[in-house]
Amino acid sequence: MISGFIDLMTSPMTIAYMVIVGIVFGGLQIMAAVMVYAERKVAAFMQQRVGPYRVGPQGLLQPVADILKLFFKEELRPKAADAFLFSLAPIISVTAAYLAFAPIPFGAPTDFFGLLPEKIAIQVADVNVAILVIFAVASMGVYGIVLAGWASNSKYSLLGGLRSSAQMISYELAYGMALATVVMMAGSLSLREIVDAQQGYWFGFIPQWYIFPQLIGFFVFACAGIAETNRAPFDFPEAEQELVAGYHTEYSSMRFAMFFMAEYINMVTVSAVATNLYLGGWHGPFIPPEYGWIWFVIKLAILLFIYLWLRWTLPRFRYDQLMAFGWKVLLPLATINLLLTAAGVLYFGGY
Amino acid sequence: MATDALLFYSFAAVTVIGSLMVVTQKNPVYSVLSLIASFFGLAGLYVVLEAPFVAVAQIIIYAGAIMVLFLFTVMLLNAPREDAAEWDRSHPLYRPMAVRIGAALAVLLALELGWALSRATDLGGAVNAVENPTISSVTLLGEVLFTRYMFAFEVTSILIIAAMVGAVVLARKREE
Amino acid sequence: MPLGHYLVLSGLLFAIGTAGVFLRRNLITLLLSVEIMLNAVNLAFVAFGRVQGTVDGQIITFFVMTVAAAEAAVGLALVIALFRHRESLNPEAFTSLKW
Repeated sequence: MISGFIDLMTSPMTIAYMVIVGIVFGGLQIMAAVMVYAERKVAAFMQQRVGPYRVGPQGLLQPVADILKLFFKEELRPKAADAFLFSLAPIISVTAAYLAFAPIPFGAPTDFFGLLPEKIAIQVADVNVAILVIFAVASMGVYGIVLAGWASNSKYSLLGGLRSSAQMISYELAYGMALATVVMMAGSLSLREIVDAQQGYWFGFIPQWYIFPQLIGFFVFACAGIAETNRAPFDFPEAEQELVAGYHTEYSSMRFAMFFMAEYINMVTVSAVATNLYLGGWHGPFIPPEYGWIWFVIKLAILLFIYLWLRWTLPRFRYDQLMAFGWKVLLPLATINLLLTAAGVLYFGGY
Repeated sequence: MATDALLFYSFAAVTVIGSLMVVTQKNPVYSVLSLIASFFGLAGLYVVLEAPFVAVAQIIIYAGAIMVLFLFTVMLLNAPREDAAEWDRSHPLYRPMAVRIGAALAVLLALELGWALSRATDLGGAVNAVENPTISSVTLLGEVLFTRYMFAFEVTSILIIAAMVGAVVLARKREE
Repeated sequence: MPLGHYLVLSGLLFAIGTAGVFLRRNLITLLLSVEIMLNAVNLAFVAFGRVQGTVDGQIITFFVMTVAAAEAAVGLALVIALFRHRESLNPEAFTSLKW
């Protein structure tokens, strides 16, 4: 039995899966570091200044400097804070952020040029309810924020935490409706099949991505996604001018670094899901299908740039405007979109 | 087979320990968090029972929405910890007759349950004896839900609206 | 795994939930114990549905979950209204209808 176990552990398929897990985990961490640098550089260029340029060539080692600084800071904990929950909250945030990327495929099923006996899908977990898993893990991310606000035992944190989590669960409804619309058009809950339903071209040159028939759906998903990740213009709960820093006021050093990383990884996840659902995932012209992940990374980079662009362009929503927008504008829009899509799918013959 | 048993026992252990902690913790926030852990154990059990949709729905609905509601209520009401001092004369565990009758009834119930389970004949078979590869398919679930159980579905939507309106009306501040 | 194991687990969870309803002196923990009981029932339904090889067990769990959500919402609204009245979450504090 032991030899059977060892055979299983060293079979090519298992090693391939472990390599994919390593790529996803390492890739997400590198993306977080790249986003730290990119945010500051893009912000700087939009504000007509230079941004980080001292640390390393063109300031490229700035994220390393940031991480080292956070490493060596003192870990503070308010005495009246609940010790267990205070340490648990960033762990929940970061775990949910990494876990959400597990069902997302980022390349066509491949057998690595013949090294493997059969093709495997390039995702950590090929579940057939992938969209729901992403939604479930997004709901779990709310707990990190709520517990951080409560455990800090300070009024800024509690207010920031409750506001932020109320915002997140309000926009989860529109998020879910946008997801349901895409599921209706593709006929499956599995992300790989949704991306595969978007291959091909209309008239020979317009790709069959879902963003073209579903422009309203993409708008709803983008707004809901930005609100879910607490980024501008929906970042009132962590607005520096109004609430000090919201739910992570009392956090310092590595716990703060975990919240920081969780926010950037959530941005990457939402952009990756949007790429797969609306922008055709890894399909694109001029590149052979085995290298589809290059197109995925390009589309992901474009969406992340739009995230950064929005932050430094649009003013922030006030909290009641934010909630009114989510409930009174976005949710009816998403519902009408769902009904129209259902009618369209019925009329045009389904899958 | 061994992996099946291992999965069942580990998820069952998580569920039972989570539930026990809900019932025994003094701090209501810890009770809510233990219940969330228990729900994750249950979701694992549903996956072992080849019902992945129910597992994910459990996480989304129970752990993701209902428990957030509980947590908000606990935090906004600043729910006090239950004190040992409150376990005074009025608590049922301090009344001798109640404890004796309750214990007798519990023993009686356990005996009846054991007798009934030992007489049941079909409980020894494996749960996944019937091979049905489509039982975990969401398409089949949707078809059956929207054809055979359509009426119950519509009534459920009325129930949810009634609950929403009721909750808003009950928790509203009275304008004095 | 034999079906009996799942049923014993479901019964055990139900018993824990019932004990919580009887023994806890905090309204919110009472509602949490009720949720445990509903989940125990869900588990039994899904196990039986798997034995029969149909999806009916899973469909019933949706309805149970929906009812549990509605009941939790209204229950918590009642708890908030009661707390505003008496500033206490102890069920023993609400005794005005006792003779």
